[in-house]
Amino acid sequence: MTARNRELLALVPVAVLLTAGFAAVFAQENAKLGNLSLIFGAYFLAICLATHVFLRIRLPNADPYLFPLMATLTAFGLVMIYRIDESLARDQANWFVFGLILFALTIYFLRDYEVLERYRYTIAVVGLLILLAPRLPGIGQQVNGAYLGVKIGPLAFQPAEFTKIAIVVFLASYLREHREVLIVGARRVLGVTLPPLKHFGPMLVVWGASMFMLVFIRDLGSSLMFFAAFLALLYVATGRFSFVVIGMAMFLVGAWFFASTVPHVHDRVEIWLHPYDEAQGNGYQILNSIFAQADGGLFGKGFGQALITIPGTHPPARLLPAAETDTIYALIVNEVGLFGAVGMILVYLLITARGFRIALLASDGFSKLLATGLTAVFAIQAFVIIGGVTRVIPLTGVTLPFISYGGSSIVANFVLLALLLLISDRARREAAEFAGTVPLGAPA
Amino acid sequence: MNRQIVKLFGFIVVLFGILVGFTSYWSVFDAKALEEKHANKRPLFEQQQIRRGRILAADGTVIAKSVGKGRGAEKRYVRRYPEGSLFGHPIGYSFAEYGDSEFEKFHNEELVGDEGEFTSILDELTGGTQEGNDIVTNIDTEAQRTALADLEEAGFGAVVAIVPQTGEVKVMASNAPYDPNRIPDDIEKLNSNEIETPLFNRATQGLYPPGSTFKVVTAAAGLESGTITPETTINAPGSLEVEGTPLQNDFNEDFGPIALDAALTNSVNTWFGQLGQQVGQDQLFETMEKFGFNATPAIDLPSDEVYDSGVYEEEHLLHRNDPVDLARLAIGQERLLASPLQMTEVAAAIANKGKLMKPQIWKRVIDPDGRVVEKLDPSVYSEPVSAQTAEELTTAMEGVVSEGTGTNAAISGVPVAGKTGTAETPGNKACGGGEEENQAWFMGFAPADEPKIAIVASVECTEQFGNDVAAPIFRDVAETILNGEGE
Repeated sequence: MTARNRELLALVPVAVLLTAGFAAVFAQENAKLGNLSLIFGAYFLAICLATHVFLRIRLPNADPYLFPLMATLTAFGLVMIYRIDESLARDQANWFVFGLILFALTIYFLRDYEVLERYRYTIAVVGLLILLAPRLPGIGQQVNGAYLGVKIGPLAFQPAEFTKIAIVVFLASYLREHREVLIVGARRVLGVTLPPLKHFGPMLVVWGASMFMLVFIRDLGSSLMFFAAFLALLYVATGRFSFVVIGMAMFLVGAWFFASTVPHVHDRVEIWLHPYDEAQGNGYQILNSIFAQADGGLFGKGFGQALITIPGTHPPARLLPAAETDTIYALIVNEVGLFGAVGMILVYLLITARGFRIALLASDGFSKLLATGLTAVFAIQAFVIIGGVTRVIPLTGVTLPFISYGGSSIVANFVLLALLLLISDRARREAAEFAGTVPLGAPA
Repeated sequence: MNRQIVKLFGFIVVLFGILVGFTSYWSVFDAKALEEKHANKRPLFEQQQIRRGRILAADGTVIAKSVGKGRGAEKRYVRRYPEGSLFGHPIGYSFAEYGDSEFEKFHNEELVGDEGEFTSILDELTGGTQEGNDIVTNIDTEAQRTALADLEEAGFGAVVAIVPQTGEVKVMASNAPYDPNRIPDDIEKLNSNEIETPLFNRATQGLYPPGSTFKVVTAAAGLESGTITPETTINAPGSLEVEGTPLQNDFNEDFGPIALDAALTNSVNTWFGQLGQQVGQDQLFETMEKFGFNATPAIDLPSDEVYDSGVYEEEHLLHRNDPVDLARLAIGQERLLASPLQMTEVAAAIANKGKLMKPQIWKRVIDPDGRVVEKLDPSVYSEPVSAQTAEELTTAMEGVVSEGTGTNAAISGVPVAGKTGTAETPGNKACGGGEEENQAWFMGFAPADEPKIAIVASVECTEQFGNDVAAPIFRDVAETILNGEGE
């Protein structure tokens, strides 16, 4: 079977899942199993099919599982958001379509994605500059003490989602060029292998950018995510574990310093360590997120069960705050239980596995590093938010890729997917050519 | 670079593994503890969303029901108790904010309709919402009313009535009563009332010296062990020296050599004191334990709200090897404490030819569709005495009511078997610390030849004797139940 036929087949369960999910939500709410759920399912399937046809024409050799896996997450996210708030789900569906348009445009215009290497500094600078936007008066927005978003008219967007791709592109390109020097020029000082000072620059820049994010725009989650992706890339490029250790030490020292001096960071850490100290105040969100999970058990309470409102509040306030964004994972554990949540984590793991597989197959350094970086940043993002909700690490405001409500998140992640598929298409075509067999459907 | 990529993937697998581990911890392993956290309002709000089933008396009187307030997702249910304080004990209360007690607590799962994980998945797929089951109890509304009214006149105390053959609890009244509807407003006040202790169910938690009612247990041990027969005579002087202090009959009356019937009819202390010594501690304790002493009664109430009867040293129960003044134990003194429920079990076992049935308040569980999902299946707790011993004890207990110390329990046209008890409880704090305070008892069953109901009435802090204050309550309640049966 060709790659695209496998993809087509893999889309069938996605459509079933989506339709069944909506049907369950409908059945729960007043038992009015209307045909709207079927229409919704049909729309979604139609859009997926269109994307599939597009991929069939443009990237016939690309990895067949990535798109269906991501569609699974999107479908799941849509169902969850739908039952929180119908209008949010409509927004999210629109963003999904918009994300796919950007996905198609990326694939169309970046077929030769090496062009990115040429503009790496521009990309990095723009990526970092847009991070500043949320602090600009007039368009900046502050949420929970962090400056995460920009709002221009009706459009709200979170620059960090796009910056993560820009940073990965820059690092992949920079490390491709300098990795040899970094390895060869390394010196051992007091038993620790240090990178050559001359090439230490970018490391400091990325570290500085992370610290900057931590303090200036107060985005702990993205800061952690960027730096982790950077260390992952550095490790893959150089094979030096000591660099990772040094980087981690630098990050921890910086984080510790700011945690003890910047109140916002300090608070986040305190809440993480001692949530019960202020159960009705700062600890409220993480505690209710944990309580929602405790209530879910092995199999969950079923769709439409988790959103308990607080009696006597007008308009009714939900017991679980930010259920459609930050704490959506808690909602998932509550409604589909440990089994459902583990299933979802497995989908993330499968995407990660496919992503790394693309990196393994790719023949040139830039493709390898780019695929690794994109995959790593995606996986780490999922870890940072799920880890935050489950109290593995302090809770921060990053989105759960493809599931949380949020336009920029879904659009940025589709661009990320487009890049992965571009790399994959070339890598698999080259691998097939090298093996002497051109798979069916490949252009002559 | 491929080796590093594979290692990086391995690292991410570990990270995701940690997520799975933490999620499992919160959602499964630590879930129970989290649900009990004070900061966790979720179970409370959830509970309010479920319509709890009703609790009904045997005649269909609604004891407890849930009423809804608000609409849709805002809907909350609150418990109402239409009869007020009449069934405060043993039904208890259930309020999301204030917890639950007694019958409401013990039968919580049936009342909220809790099912296993798998059934609730099925419910979700079919779109069903959780609804509670109704429970029909054995409680006789009229008899409960009679018992409570009589008690309110007599003083603090309790009445328990059990059907000997099935263990069905028809009456469980405790004075002072409380109105469960008042819990949300007055729980602090009810809890801090140390004199009336209205939240305290005296039928199951009140531990009192049983006095002469316990002589029936001593007699049972004597007959059952073969130490005596109904014809065996023991010399009963006016006073007997036991462990350095004299054990006396009322007015130091010397009865001479008499047999069981005369001894029980006149409640002769020196006779039973000697019998206790002859029976021995092992045998006496064995009989007691078969009657239910030294264990938590097997009733459908939360075990921490039902107290064990037995010989107490401070907070601890003594056992057969501990040193005990047998003669005084035999007449219900020593450090022996018994609950009204325990003494009712003694009467019920004798009434049921020596078989003690497990006392149960519930009778049927009915699901929201009206189907009976569970029915009380009477079961035997133990067989403390043989049918013959039970018959011999019955004969002796009939003498108590017809010509002895318990004549006020007599019902015209119905033979009654029973035993009075009056234990001195000087300095009882609950009574105000007076020296003249008695615990007055009457324990019995009727009709003696064909028992339909076993009843115990126990009154605290009275200057009167069992026959004066407890026996009339027994009679009133027995009449109410027997008349109700005839209708």
